[in-house]
Amino acid sequence: MTDTNPGTDVLRGEHLSKSFGAVRALDDINLRLGRGEVLALLGDNGAGKSTLMKILTGFHQPTSGTLHIDGEPVTLQSVMHARSLGIEPVYQDLALVDELSVFRNMFLQREITRGGALRILDDRAMRRAAASHLERMGVNVPSVDVEISKLSGGQRQAVAVARAVYSDARILLLDEPTAAMGVRESALILDVIRRLKEHSDVSVIIVAHNYAQVFDVCDRINLVQDGRITFDRPTRETSIQELTGLVVNEYRSASEAVTG
Amino acid sequence: MAYQENIETTGAPRGRSAGEIAGDWYRRAIVLLQWREASITLAGIALVIYFQWTSPYFLSADNLGVLGQFAAATAIIAAGEVMVLVNRELDLSVGQVYALAPLVMYFAQQAGTPLPVAVVLALAAAAFVGLLNGAITVGLRVPSFVTTLGMLFFVNGFNLTISGGFPVQPEAGAFWKTLFGGNIAVQVAWAVVLVVIFQFVLTKTRWGLHTIATGGNPIGAAEVGIRTGRVKIGNFMICSVLGGFAGILDAFRIESVDPLAGGTEIMFMAIASAVIGGTLLTGGSGTVVGAFLGAVVLGILKDGFTISGVNAYTFDMILGIAIVVTMIMNVHISRIRAGGKP
Repeated sequence: MTDTNPGTDVLRGEHLSKSFGAVRALDDINLRLGRGEVLALLGDNGAGKSTLMKILTGFHQPTSGTLHIDGEPVTLQSVMHARSLGIEPVYQDLALVDELSVFRNMFLQREITRGGALRILDDRAMRRAAASHLERMGVNVPSVDVEISKLSGGQRQAVAVARAVYSDARILLLDEPTAAMGVRESALILDVIRRLKEHSDVSVIIVAHNYAQVFDVCDRINLVQDGRITFDRPTRETSIQELTGLVVNEYRSASEAVTG
Repeated sequence: MAYQENIETTGAPRGRSAGEIAGDWYRRAIVLLQWREASITLAGIALVIYFQWTSPYFLSADNLGVLGQFAAATAIIAAGEVMVLVNRELDLSVGQVYALAPLVMYFAQQAGTPLPVAVVLALAAAAFVGLLNGAITVGLRVPSFVTTLGMLFFVNGFNLTISGGFPVQPEAGAFWKTLFGGNIAVQVAWAVVLVVIFQFVLTKTRWGLHTIATGGNPIGAAEVGIRTGRVKIGNFMICSVLGGFAGILDAFRIESVDPLAGGTEIMFMAIASAVIGGTLLTGGSGTVVGAFLGAVVLGILKDGFTISGVNAYTFDMILGIAIVVTMIMNVHISRIRAGGKP
């Protein structure tokens, strides 16, 4: 899973930088993601995580540096372009529609239809496919007919992840999947990620600021601080204590710099 | 009507305790309340009973025809407003399009176009107004309240300009006249058919699904790749075309093409029908059947008060109260539907 041979990396970023006017949001980022690997991008708000995420989804283009997918250099033109290459983002707002049922959300924008140009929804087929897919992924919902608004935060997140996987995603980008969630709720979504790891070779990048929550599920941890990746190590070679120490040190040096 | 087909209603088998049977009835009542159009249906039934009780003529064939006149055109326009409202937008200009379409039809005929073609041209003109409403709202990010308010005045002025301000008479052979609503039964049939079609479009087709998604979560819908702008423009066009078509039907029925017909009155009646029928102004949720029932209830109120001799001023006061009260009822019944959550 943590092979150092770059040939097996599904995604690689080399010397990625991004500036917004005079502000340098990302500074010479080197990033790699192995096949089937779960990588956690940890860092505080404003550290550059979201900018990096937006470059990977094709929303922003880097000011300099290159992205490689399966070893081939690519320039992601747009979010749709990135998705066509198998990069599927799950945004914090989850892009679920409260008023629609679970199965209709699962198939949003890739509905199974019949009746030619009339595009009549084949609810039966979508219902069946959604139910079996959710079961395979270990996502528990009361029924695929339930409206999204009736689900808990963890269940919604799980549905959003399941939907992304269903679209033949090869690289899943999860933006703060456990933000504002209780322990039980986040356990739900972490279970889904674990199951994904066991049963598929989908690679996952989890962007988070609460590293304790994602620690158990990721293979490797990158720490993003001040627009750079300051720490890159397999999870089993580090500990929550060490990470806490690194972050606290950064705070200390930052506040020393301020107070002189 | 909205995907409630999976709620299981179990009949009460023999040999069960009274408590269990009462539980069954309670569950049935909840299922009934979960039906989105429940409150408006109950209101309609209560009003029919009340007016039939005060006047035995209420359910006579003649009076049902009058009721159809009140309700049919409004119901057709309301179907269009529902599509726009579910998109979290609003069309204030549809009442003027209602007057524009028959005028375009009339002038096309004057220029020598055969009637069916003239009707198509009239509906195309209506569609063009909807296209402008949508393109300005989506492309230039003007709130649709403002876009369509401007359009309301513009089209009104346009109607008065091309007609010189005078009503004219539509010309058609008996067949076409009947087909296009010269007979009230035909007009009601048009309304029912269009309501069924658009309820189907909203709940069973990809277009309807994308309409709900665009209104319910605009950012999320765009993130999954739905072209939300196109969906909105399309629904503005649908609303305008339905408005224009309702105008043509009414023009043949009353045998007059009046540049001042419809206007804000019929537009507000259509929006009121949609709202009391259970469509939310906040987008993402609506029912065409509910809007139809809303139009029928408003028709019953108007017609019933006319029969009972209540004058027009009182009618407006009662209508105002009725709109707010049904809305309050809807809010609270929706709360029951949502399982006690606010």
